[in-house]
Amino acid sequence: MNVSFFFEVLLGGLLAGVMYSLVAIGFVLIYKASGVFNFAQGAMVFFAALTFVSLVERGVNFWFALVITLAVMVVLGIATEKVVLRPLVNQPPITLFMATIGLTFVLEGLSQLVWGSQPHGLELGIQDVPMESLAQSSGIFISQFDLFAALVAGILVAVLALFFQYTRIGRALRAVADDHQAALAVGIPLKHIWAIVWAVAGFVALVAGLMWGARNGVQYALTFIALKALPVLLIGGFESVPGAILGGLIVGASEKLAEVYVPQMLNAPLTEFFGGAVNLQGIESWFAYVIALLFLLVRPQGLFGEKIIDRV
Amino acid sequence: MQGEMSAAQLQHVRAQGIGEVILAVADVSLAFGGVKALNEVSFDVREHEVRAIIGPNGAGKSSMLNVLNGVYHPQKGVIRLRGREFRDMDPHEAAAMGIARTFQNIALFKGMTVLDNLMTGRNLKMRCSFVEQALWIGRARREEIEHRRTVEEVIDFLEIQHIRKTPVGRLPYGLQKRVELGRALAAEPSLLLLDEPMAGMNLEEKQDMCRFILDVNDHYGTTIVLIEHDMGVVMDISDRVVVLDYGAKIGDGTPAEVRANQAVIDAYLGVAH
Amino acid sequence: MLYREAGQFRSTYSEDQQIFPIRQDRIAIGLLLVVAFVVVPLVANQYWFAAILTPFLIFSLAALGLNILTGYAGQLSLGTAAFMAVGAFMAYNFELRIPGMPILVSFVLAGLCASAVGIVFGLPSLRIKGFYLAVATLACQFFVLWALQRFGWFSNFSSSGVITAGKIEIFGYVFQTAAEKYLLTLGIVTVLALAAKNLMRSETGRAFMAVRDMDVAASVIGIPIMRTKLLAFAISSFYCGVAGALYAFCYLGTVEPEAFNLDLSFRILFMIIIGGVGSILGSFIGAAFITLLPILLSVLFGGFSHLLGVEIPHAWISNIELIIFGSLIVFFLIVEPHGLARLWQISKEKLRLWPFPH
Repeated sequence: MNVSFFFEVLLGGLLAGVMYSLVAIGFVLIYKASGVFNFAQGAMVFFAALTFVSLVERGVNFWFALVITLAVMVVLGIATEKVVLRPLVNQPPITLFMATIGLTFVLEGLSQLVWGSQPHGLELGIQDVPMESLAQSSGIFISQFDLFAALVAGILVAVLALFFQYTRIGRALRAVADDHQAALAVGIPLKHIWAIVWAVAGFVALVAGLMWGARNGVQYALTFIALKALPVLLIGGFESVPGAILGGLIVGASEKLAEVYVPQMLNAPLTEFFGGAVNLQGIESWFAYVIALLFLLVRPQGLFGEKIIDRV
Repeated sequence: MQGEMSAAQLQHVRAQGIGEVILAVADVSLAFGGVKALNEVSFDVREHEVRAIIGPNGAGKSSMLNVLNGVYHPQKGVIRLRGREFRDMDPHEAAAMGIARTFQNIALFKGMTVLDNLMTGRNLKMRCSFVEQALWIGRARREEIEHRRTVEEVIDFLEIQHIRKTPVGRLPYGLQKRVELGRALAAEPSLLLLDEPMAGMNLEEKQDMCRFILDVNDHYGTTIVLIEHDMGVVMDISDRVVVLDYGAKIGDGTPAEVRANQAVIDAYLGVAH
Repeated sequence: MLYREAGQFRSTYSEDQQIFPIRQDRIAIGLLLVVAFVVVPLVANQYWFAAILTPFLIFSLAALGLNILTGYAGQLSLGTAAFMAVGAFMAYNFELRIPGMPILVSFVLAGLCASAVGIVFGLPSLRIKGFYLAVATLACQFFVLWALQRFGWFSNFSSSGVITAGKIEIFGYVFQTAAEKYLLTLGIVTVLALAAKNLMRSETGRAFMAVRDMDVAASVIGIPIMRTKLLAFAISSFYCGVAGALYAFCYLGTVEPEAFNLDLSFRILFMIIIGGVGSILGSFIGAAFITLLPILLSVLFGGFSHLLGVEIPHAWISNIELIIFGSLIVFFLIVEPHGLARLWQISKEKLRLWPFPH
């Protein structure tokens, strides 16, 4: 087995995992602050990317478009909180989850109705080509773009960490995440906080949308990114940003390794066994989920999640 | 509450009906991490008696009940039920052995009606497979009706006929507690564990509940272990009392004996240990 | 005045336990069955059978399956379409590979295969709950689809993974026309719906609901949690599997694994949310709603186009459909979480008092 190829696959997987983490962080934010699992995060990523790209294609300046899209996402977040979540405030989490599924469909329909459904390309100035210096020195091909994505994710996490730790609003957000009633009791304006959280999640969705859009193009399939983020959350825990990063790395790495090595190793023996064509490609469609599932069976709350205690 | 007889006379009459020891708890210790909930507690329960467990808050009373029921597994000690010894029983086995219980924070199935909740209490006695139930013929139908009949007797006994088709979630607290008692009774238990059955009730509701508990003990002969805070109730209806404090047993005897026990008085008044 | 119960006394427990204790309800159901079995085949045309009635029945069956698992037993599942796929492909294989296999037996065996898959992917429910479990069922959804596409055996090594259902023959009679397929589907769905209702009003149903409402308490009173949850998965998957087999044989005729994608799973979930979770009737109402809505919208927009003389692009319609679906989900969750079935119940209660207001 070619060792440097293995490292290439591994590193490529880790960096792809960082991209997943970007989306997962949006989930974590909303879950931490309002206990809602926002299935619509993927649709938000898609909507953000599509809005941005459509504005740029219509001749709007890059930075200007960014600001406008951010504003749109913030408005979207606030509207969601007001129209969907507030009326459902005391319902069980399952109900809220299903409401966000409904929201997903609304966003998907809306995005395509307003902006059309043809795919777009997104240019961020960084190309998806191997880094010259690295390739020459060690023969390992790592994409420039992937490194850039990792950098962006790192900065985002750092900014969020500082925000939560050191600002007054960040503290309020943590209080709300811990106990709504107690937060109300000390005078924290719950509705404002939720609006802020959704706005921040919208911002994170925008960043994720830009990165994913640049990598894979902005098209309907982008909404399925949310589905990829779910195993990340299962492994890392729903309430932890470092968990989302770690989970993303694990998912990305194992998925890439499985994608490359499993068909190589199992195609031949299985073809013999079944007496007909067996092609194990495409394993990545479910591999991450099964990994997450096995993880859950051992540690139901994820790596960094809180243990759920059932009281009678 | 029981008419013309004095308390002493009443206790004498009741003492005649009490039988042998059917449940013995020996040196049971239970800890959660560093917190010791029970510390080498031993006591016994005789057949047909009403045994109360009392003590200040946090004394370990609910933990004791949970151990009896198999919800918690003690690290040390054994429980002997009718000659069988165990420490690691699970709640399912306990139910199969004839132990039924109610909970401090009502554990009813809020989505179902009163009747359905009571019928779930009969689940261990139902024998038909799901295929027979799907076909709704012969044996399944008869079984359903037979168990309905038994449950209706419990409904009559607890005087909840008027609410039998009401979803439990809509009932007031006092009635929910009664329904929970009903579900425990529907299982025709030989040992009934009641965790603060009168918590949050007003005087009338308490009187009703006392009456039901005593009737259960009289008519069905069910042995009852109950946790209760209301001293008046405890003194009136129990045959013997166990007193816990900080997880250890500090008193054991008839209500009169326990009331005079200095250690018990100190525990309740909060004298420094 | 019509819906008075006065004079109808139930003097035995068996009378009280009937599915339709009120005489007017029994009459209504009787009429409905007569219409469905006798009148419709005489009156409806090919389009109605093929595009509306048969798919409505099939989706009702799938929704029923999902309702048993999610509505009654409280285990959220996003993998319904995968179980349908198992049913469809296994029914095809049984018919294909075992000569002379009666079709109904194939359907039952296909359902049992789906049950087996359901039990395997239901095992995680013993350790995880709520939407963690939902994500686990997504694993099932993706894995099953991938397996059906990758292992050629399932589609008899056809290059595209598409299967063509064989003919349906029961005791020598061939079910060929759309009307005949409709009747077969109707028969199967009626029997299974009755079985489901019987199950849910007996101990199995109560055990499911107990596990849904408070599983710790359920285990304390003696209900075996593991067995109950797995039984829920098994029965639910059986229903979905049979629905899938019917989908292939009586509805589309040719299917590919992609037809049973995540979108379909969501669609069925929407059916039970809108129709009513935990309600047999709700499954039918929800299925009717979701089956009819796209047709209604097309007709509506067709009308608009005509009126305004403007051609409304098809893409618009499907996007608006998405928006309406999503909004309806949110609307129902806010306004009536128990769905249309509850609204139906409330109107029946009002009907009992009619013409008096209270």
